[in-house]
Amino acid sequence: MFRDIAFGQYYPTNSLVHKLDARVKLLLTILFVVVIFFIKSYFGFMLTAFVLTVIILSARVPIMSVLKSVRGIIFIILFTSILNLFFIKQGEVLVSWKIFTITKVGVHTTIKMVLRLVLLISGASILSLTTTPVELADGVESLMSPLRLIKVPVRDIAMIMSIALRFIPTLFEETNKIIAAQKARGASFDTGNVFAKAKAMMPVLIPLFVNSFRRADELAFAMDARCYNATDKRTKMKKAKIGLGDIVALLFMLSFATVILLDRYYFGTVGITIDYWIFGDLL
Amino acid sequence: MSAIEISHLTYIYSKKTPFEKRALDDINLSIEEGSFVGIIGETGSGKSTLIQHLNGLIKVQDKKVSSVVVNGLSATDKKTLKQLRFEVGIVFQYPEYQLFEDTVKKDVAYGPKNMKLPAEEIDRRVRHALEVVGLDYDEFAERSPFELSGGEKRRVAIAGVIAMEPKVLVLDEPVAGLDPVGRAEILALIKQLQKDVSPTIIMVSHNMDDIAVLADRIIAMHGGRVQLDGTPSEVFCAREKIAEIGLDLPMATRLRDMMVARGLNLPDGIVTPKQLEAALVALKNGTFGGDKTKGGEPSNV
Repeated sequence: MFRDIAFGQYYPTNSLVHKLDARVKLLLTILFVVVIFFIKSYFGFMLTAFVLTVIILSARVPIMSVLKSVRGIIFIILFTSILNLFFIKQGEVLVSWKIFTITKVGVHTTIKMVLRLVLLISGASILSLTTTPVELADGVESLMSPLRLIKVPVRDIAMIMSIALRFIPTLFEETNKIIAAQKARGASFDTGNVFAKAKAMMPVLIPLFVNSFRRADELAFAMDARCYNATDKRTKMKKAKIGLGDIVALLFMLSFATVILLDRYYFGTVGITIDYWIFGDLL
Repeated sequence: MSAIEISHLTYIYSKKTPFEKRALDDINLSIEEGSFVGIIGETGSGKSTLIQHLNGLIKVQDKKVSSVVVNGLSATDKKTLKQLRFEVGIVFQYPEYQLFEDTVKKDVAYGPKNMKLPAEEIDRRVRHALEVVGLDYDEFAERSPFELSGGEKRRVAIAGVIAMEPKVLVLDEPVAGLDPVGRAEILALIKQLQKDVSPTIIMVSHNMDDIAVLADRIIAMHGGRVQLDGTPSEVFCAREKIAEIGLDLPMATRLRDMMVARGLNLPDGIVTPKQLEAALVALKNGTFGGDKTKGGEPSNV
């Protein structure tokens, strides 16, 4: 049932992207996601796709593992596409049938929205594909460390986060096992209405919760037994350092962001002109 | 009459992806009604995939080539899938982790309830199942399964499966994680189950000693294929093959081999402590004829 979930799966290769500092990767991912919402022209989308391709190639992760995470939100994409396609009424009408009208503006908005979502999820999945949960949690901790001044328990939050990430695959596996066991006792999860289905999930959810608490207890004991505490005196085995690669990556992404922002606010019609030049009458 | 007929069963995980893995490779098996079959094999040898085909938890991939039939019910027939689930009871590894109701009684009744049986019949089955697994109905019925001991929880979970009164009972590592006393109790219980509840039993285990004592037929799997199939004596006499597929010999067989290496003349085919004991007694009484020329002194061993 959960075999195909790719999000949050680390894909180990020894690439340049993998070696980047987790903090830099986190910040650059946030930058990438924000920039995607500023794209105006198809030229901008093509540039973003090109940048993403460069990142994927240098990360040496299979393109399929990136697309797999897109598959996870395929329904959201379809749903919002349909809404956009039928409910945008501005511009030249292309098709009209009873209450449904499809306009040129609607079509373009829909295409751009789909591109935005696909690029967004693909970009974000690069982070989890190339960064181990531990690195990620350390990165978050480091980025949030100024908050310690206002008494936010940053270390605890980071530890909670890395434990949660660590246990996602375990919980999926466990869920599958319990589902199999209850099915063997004649349970069916796909018959009846919504309420019947929700009720049928109880024999799965209750053991899952009970086991999670048991596991949490055991883990807490194991951590206590090794004298874990989240005080400031803790040191790290691996100290993250900003290297040359990080600076290159930073400059690369900043120049990409600059082009997109310039395209939106200052070039005026440059991106749009390139769009017309490529697509001509289609626009 | 054979209870289970499997022919040309092949199963491939993550088909058509780089992660493709052949879990089962052309399995052909016929299991007689009333037999106790032990399935052994390393982790990843295909045991779990095989047993989950028996009640349709894993669907037959290539219906044209493969077939799984249990007591006349085909695993590929969607209409009889529910019936098949009740015909084949599977007790998974660590079955106590599937308990969910607030009382033992309700939890054991979950299976029979899914069978849509009348209330009196459910009650009868719950009482019977608890009695079979050795839990006193009046003492345990109203207690929460979560406050029981590990061994008791496992008994409740096993009761939950046998309350469906399956004709074929499949047990996947039924004694894993139990203390020696718990192990002995559950193993004794399994022997009893064959007499009282389900005539045909299939048990998956990593413990060769348990399997050697309980099973009257052993199937050894490796790489999704059946590598050895026969009585415990036959299977464990194939020492090279057993080692090749990463399995151990039962303690009694190893002890026998060591004694033979020291010069004792013991027959081959010893797999249980009882057999070893009988052979040693026979040797001492001279009924088997010890080989004195090799100079082995029984007192040395």
